[in-house]
Amino acid sequence: MSDQSYGANFINRQSFIELDARERAKALFDAGTSRELLGPFDRVESPWLPMQGVTPQEDDGCVVMKGKIGGQAAVVVALEGAFQGGSLGEVSGGKMAAALDLARVDNEKGIPTSAVILLETGGVRLQEANLGEAAIAEIMASILVLRKHAPVICVTAGTVGCFGGMSLAAGLCSYVVMTREARLGMNGPEVIEQESGVDEFDSSDHALIWAIDGGEQRYAMGLADALVDDDTPQVADAVRRLVLQGVPPVHRSSQVALYRSRIAALDTSRQWDPRELRALWTTNGSKEEKR
Amino acid sequence: MEQIEFNYPAKRKVPKRAHVGVVGSGDLEILLEPAEGEIAHVMIRTSVDGFRDTWKAVLDRFFTKYDGAVRIQINDAGGTPGNVQLRLEQAVEASER
Amino acid sequence: MTEHTSIRGTVWFRALTGQSSPMPGDPKSVLTADALLGDDHARFLCVVPDPHARFPCARHGEVGLEEGYTLATRVREIIEQDKNTVKRPIIAIVDSKNQAYGRREETAGIFLACAAAIDAYGSARLAGHPVIALVVGQAISGVPLTHGYQANRILAFDDDGVVIHAMHKAAAARITRRSVEELEKLAKKIAPMSYDIRDYAKLGLLYKLLHVENPEKPSQQEIRNVQGELVAAVADARRGPVDLRSRLESKGALEMRKASILVRTKMEAQWLEK
Repeated sequence: MSDQSYGANFINRQSFIELDARERAKALFDAGTSRELLGPFDRVESPWLPMQGVTPQEDDGCVVMKGKIGGQAAVVVALEGAFQGGSLGEVSGGKMAAALDLARVDNEKGIPTSAVILLETGGVRLQEANLGEAAIAEIMASILVLRKHAPVICVTAGTVGCFGGMSLAAGLCSYVVMTREARLGMNGPEVIEQESGVDEFDSSDHALIWAIDGGEQRYAMGLADALVDDDTPQVADAVRRLVLQGVPPVHRSSQVALYRSRIAALDTSRQWDPRELRALWTTNGSKEEKR
Repeated sequence: MEQIEFNYPAKRKVPKRAHVGVVGSGDLEILLEPAEGEIAHVMIRTSVDGFRDTWKAVLDRFFTKYDGAVRIQINDAGGTPGNVQLRLEQAVEASER
Repeated sequence: MTEHTSIRGTVWFRALTGQSSPMPGDPKSVLTADALLGDDHARFLCVVPDPHARFPCARHGEVGLEEGYTLATRVREIIEQDKNTVKRPIIAIVDSKNQAYGRREETAGIFLACAAAIDAYGSARLAGHPVIALVVGQAISGVPLTHGYQANRILAFDDDGVVIHAMHKAAAARITRRSVEELEKLAKKIAPMSYDIRDYAKLGLLYKLLHVENPEKPSQQEIRNVQGELVAAVADARRGPVDLRSRLESKGALEMRKASILVRTKMEAQWLEK
């Protein structure tokens, strides 16, 4: 690609990351087919945040929209990373679980309905601790049932990424879509540094963070299914393709013997260059496929 | 968290409701809805206490140019006066579209 | 850092099964045994400290890569074996202070290892196995999600050594930019933030709170009582649906999870509109 056309493509790209949760959700649907459920004007907010002097948001940082993707029924649940770090509270977590369950009911009625969850989150909202954690457990239970009928697609685009308990939920999904800017991991770098020391993880080393958790690495080692540019049409195309692809024959989280043997084969006497796992675990890293 | 309320005289019926913004650090969300009667009612919840006068100044200025009969709800996490002004304008624009 | 030595898991695993070893080929950090529970042959699982574990950040009872995939393996084994027969109970004994915090873990995708265990426990429950979690010590952060929260019924002891929470106090204080004292004060008036198991019990997530005088040295009678409670929990699970709705229908939920219930009711109504 020449420098000139790369520049033109870059200028013409429509950043997905710069969109807020509501705009991201809307962008994934077939034009004119989406409507929001429990939007801001329904005013179902956190009962716990005002008690501790934190201003709530009327949608509790979770946007639920129903509509069509690729002509098929779908629900999109988008976490707002700018509100409380996209963390899961009683209401935001409850909205996601409820939406997944309603999609499952429609599948059982004979209406194939997929779910797309947009995860920009650090995990549990500590101001709601055990109710956030309980909600995440219920989201996981809902994903396990729904994914038998229709794909549950996780999209993590950045800048927050997907960490904490919700990274485990991402691990349960049928497919994971990431940008290069996105990160997916259970424990954030600061937490690892705090708990296990700076030699274990220097959280100021940005290159290291993306080398381990970044979208390109997760895709190349086979823990993500699509790597897209930060470009809204590309994200929407990837999601649409996966909706139409349907339920995978085996979900990644069910491939226990495979991953158990991969872990058993690792030389734990040293730290590894994350790229070592690309060759060991998959062919996704052998060429960079643009989806 | 502080709760602040203001009322302003209003005349004009407003076509539809609008929502803008995010309660992120330094930002705010605004819910604007048409209201009955000739009053514009503003209810603010802010996590930054002690700025009632600043809020009043921004809103006084806003309502010298705006005459819609509305209920405005603001959830604020430390927006600057400039940011508040911007969000109010966005909300008005969205409600008139 | 706490002084907690995570011995309660081993104590209760041995008390309830008469055994205390991993299955052949498994890492020493995961104890698995099949033992009589009432009239059932139940599978018991527990994550315990292994000071010689292969992964340096998983030597004190943490749930790490090997633990996640081993739990998943041993739970799936039961699902497969019972495919065409009576679904045996699966009992998760929980006393683990956190997930493993390490670079190797993140590099090799610990999020997926935990997801594999969650998948296994949840699939077992959906297949009709009564899955029971017995929290005898700590269950914090990734631990309860991975090893316990997909259970039909959760039981816990009611003493100060039992903590179910999203994050350790010191880390929670640091992340929310408060002092530990401020956090403790808040936790007193906001039940979901509390570190006290008796406050946790108010949330309606627990099936039962059990009293044991000294959880680290239980008497024979106390062990028999706990077995009886597990048998009752298994029977209760068998009577009910395989989903987690009991956590929203309990007395505690009606009191403390009103917003969760409202969300479900309102969203269903709006979903069906048009």
